[in-house]
Amino acid sequence: MSKTPEKQPGDPNTTGHSWDGIEEFDNPMPRWWLWTFYATIFWGVIYTIMYPAWPLVQSATAGVLGWSSRELVQEDMVAFEEANAPWNAKLVETPLNDIANDAELQQYAVNSGSAVFRTWCAQCHGSGAQGAAGFPNLLDDAWLWGGTMEDIEYSVAYGIRNEESDDARYSEMPAFGEILEPDEITQVVQYVMSLTNAQTDDAAAKAGQVVFADNCSVCHGEDGKGDVTQGAPNLTDAIWLYGGSEEALTETVVYSRFGVMPPWENRLTEAQIRAVTAYVHQLGGGQ
Amino acid sequence: MSNYIKLIVLGLVVLFAAIGSNYARDLAYQVHAILVMVIAAGLFIWTLRNTDEPDILTDRSAEYMDDVIRYGVIATAFWGVVGFLAGTFIAFQLAFPGLNFEWAQGYLNFGRLRPLHTSAVIFAFGGNALIATSFYVVQRTSAARLWGGNLAWFVFWGYQLFIVLAATGYILGGTQSKEYAEPEWYVDLWLTIVWVAYLAVFLGTIVRRKEPHIYVANWFYLAFIVTVAMLHLVNNMTIPVSIWGSKSVIVWSGVQDAMIQWWYGHNAVGFFLTAGFLGMMYYFIPKQAERPVFSYKLSIIHFWALIFLYIWAGPHHLHYTALPDWASTLGMVFSVVLWMPSWGGMINGLMTLSGAWDKLRTDPIIRMMVISVGFYGMSTFEGPMMSIRAVNSLSHYTDWTIGHVHSGALGWNGMITFGALYFLVPVLWKRERLYSLQMVSWHFWLATIGIVLYAASMWVTGIMEGLMWREVDANGFLVNSFADTVAAKFPMYVVRGLGGVLFLAGSVIMCYNLWMTVRKAPAKEASLTVAVPAE
Repeated sequence: MSKTPEKQPGDPNTTGHSWDGIEEFDNPMPRWWLWTFYATIFWGVIYTIMYPAWPLVQSATAGVLGWSSRELVQEDMVAFEEANAPWNAKLVETPLNDIANDAELQQYAVNSGSAVFRTWCAQCHGSGAQGAAGFPNLLDDAWLWGGTMEDIEYSVAYGIRNEESDDARYSEMPAFGEILEPDEITQVVQYVMSLTNAQTDDAAAKAGQVVFADNCSVCHGEDGKGDVTQGAPNLTDAIWLYGGSEEALTETVVYSRFGVMPPWENRLTEAQIRAVTAYVHQLGGGQ
Repeated sequence: MSNYIKLIVLGLVVLFAAIGSNYARDLAYQVHAILVMVIAAGLFIWTLRNTDEPDILTDRSAEYMDDVIRYGVIATAFWGVVGFLAGTFIAFQLAFPGLNFEWAQGYLNFGRLRPLHTSAVIFAFGGNALIATSFYVVQRTSAARLWGGNLAWFVFWGYQLFIVLAATGYILGGTQSKEYAEPEWYVDLWLTIVWVAYLAVFLGTIVRRKEPHIYVANWFYLAFIVTVAMLHLVNNMTIPVSIWGSKSVIVWSGVQDAMIQWWYGHNAVGFFLTAGFLGMMYYFIPKQAERPVFSYKLSIIHFWALIFLYIWAGPHHLHYTALPDWASTLGMVFSVVLWMPSWGGMINGLMTLSGAWDKLRTDPIIRMMVISVGFYGMSTFEGPMMSIRAVNSLSHYTDWTIGHVHSGALGWNGMITFGALYFLVPVLWKRERLYSLQMVSWHFWLATIGIVLYAASMWVTGIMEGLMWREVDANGFLVNSFADTVAAKFPMYVVRGLGGVLFLAGSVIMCYNLWMTVRKAPAKEASLTVAVPAE
């Protein structure tokens, strides 16, 4: 069978067993190992006396230090809430348009609002508020529902086209695929593209102007500049929420779009809503 | 006679699977039912053709049963490459989300492939390595053939079926969403049957041993098999919504469910990836070093301490959650006390080389085993440290955890398995030596550098994102959004992916080397396949 390796000078005794040629030295456990092991056990006993640890019948030992992870968090939160309370009160009292006149209050509102934005809004609008396809860019001057402090606050508080809030902003573009003929859709898409001087088929665009006047101008205006009271986008500014290509526009006309934003009135405090309003307003596009 | 019973059972399975594939409520179940039907039908025909054939039995009871181990070695290497490939791919999916291809949505996106990767490396690669080496070690150290005849083959093939059912299930959406316990109820039931057979083979072999004492490696293997059985049963207590569908509902709820999940999850690490692999270490290191184990006393104390303490450490996965503080404290204390018992294995592994340190220069396989034990020591220090609540409040949910797991999995489990494979292939295929030691060296360096890139990049991103998440300004307002932390991690994600490429490349070199060893290396004259006690 497997040979047992030869001993070297100075080797300690083995336990006398051999398995497939493997033997075991009769060495003691290293002292440092053993004492460190004892030390961790000793520390463990002390630690479980100091902190909540041992389960009893109905509850558990609370620990000498009275430590509680939930209380620690609570203390932190209460401390900040108390420190911010006067600012939040001032934020709620000050008329929206006067916030910016108080430099300190504005600074607080923007800091607070940017934290709210990063936590709740960035998922859709991007952490830099730059938006994405289907989610408006909040840095530019184009506003679907208006860019004044009041407009923004309303959009934040009640949201857009959601089912949770009765006060949500609401409008609905028809799916023109069921209304217009395919030719007419092609024409109106060409016309819309011509509004931003995109390369178009002139004849079709001209025909599309008629289709537009009959079907679209009610909301988007005779000149295609949109209407913020019903969230109808300006079609002449080359800013496209769902894309300005021929395909994207055709899809929009045929199937319509239905962007939804949730209401925040029940999830954020009034001070937080006003803060995020101030934050969004000062990003560059506020009116 | 037994063939007739087999035919009846297989026939019933075919029938049931056929009905199942007809009434299947979901795709995963349907595909699995068809798969089981085909396999059972094939076995039915095979059994039928062999029934009432004259037995040409030769008495093999004096020989070791090595065929099944050869298959196990091949399966280990194969699943290893599959698992590393999946891991490398999903690492790049995280760095470049475009790799979640639109055409493969719902099948090959990160969420589906991630459990495929973890199960492939832990259960397919690690599990096959454990089964194969435990069968090898228990025979050699007991001087007895595997108990149960063809039961060992059932364990091997049954386990492969489990792997295939689990992996295809994930891609098709059959998952119970419990980390490391994703397979659905019928796959769990099948694994239970296979695992009980595994336990029977292992215990039966120990019972018929010719050595007076049970070798330490077998303690660890046995602890692994028994505990994993218990963990598996408790954490998979589910009630199927329908016997014709894959969905099931767990009987535990809320924080109890979370606690049981992490009791399972942590002990999957403790008993599957630690105790089982320590069994491997205790055989292959002394064999390769040709030196006695450093200390019998240490092995006995650290074994029992490890087994006793590990089982309580799970709550450290749930610090600062709905878990009560007392449970969290106990989880942390047991984890810290576990530090030295874990290190006992490292000391015994490293000190076994005293008197043979020169082999580090000449033998790349020893080098691999030593670095494996080194990574074991590092991760078993890092683990207790991360279980401390104050550290955990920074490290939890960050990439630090991912880095920690991989320095253990790639460094410890991977390297010791590679060492064992390099040891086993020449022995099992009766070769004089490996095809190329230089390739082993290449494998060693590629894998080591790969792990260092992986672990270091995850430390950087983990600590960075932990700090970014908790950063607040003077008023207590968050400074960073979650997306900011994701963007900041990008460069390190690329480094992590490159680490994976290196590790994968090393394992491919290993496969080639092992293949060429079987094909080209000179044959060994006298073989050591006869079971004789060492004394």
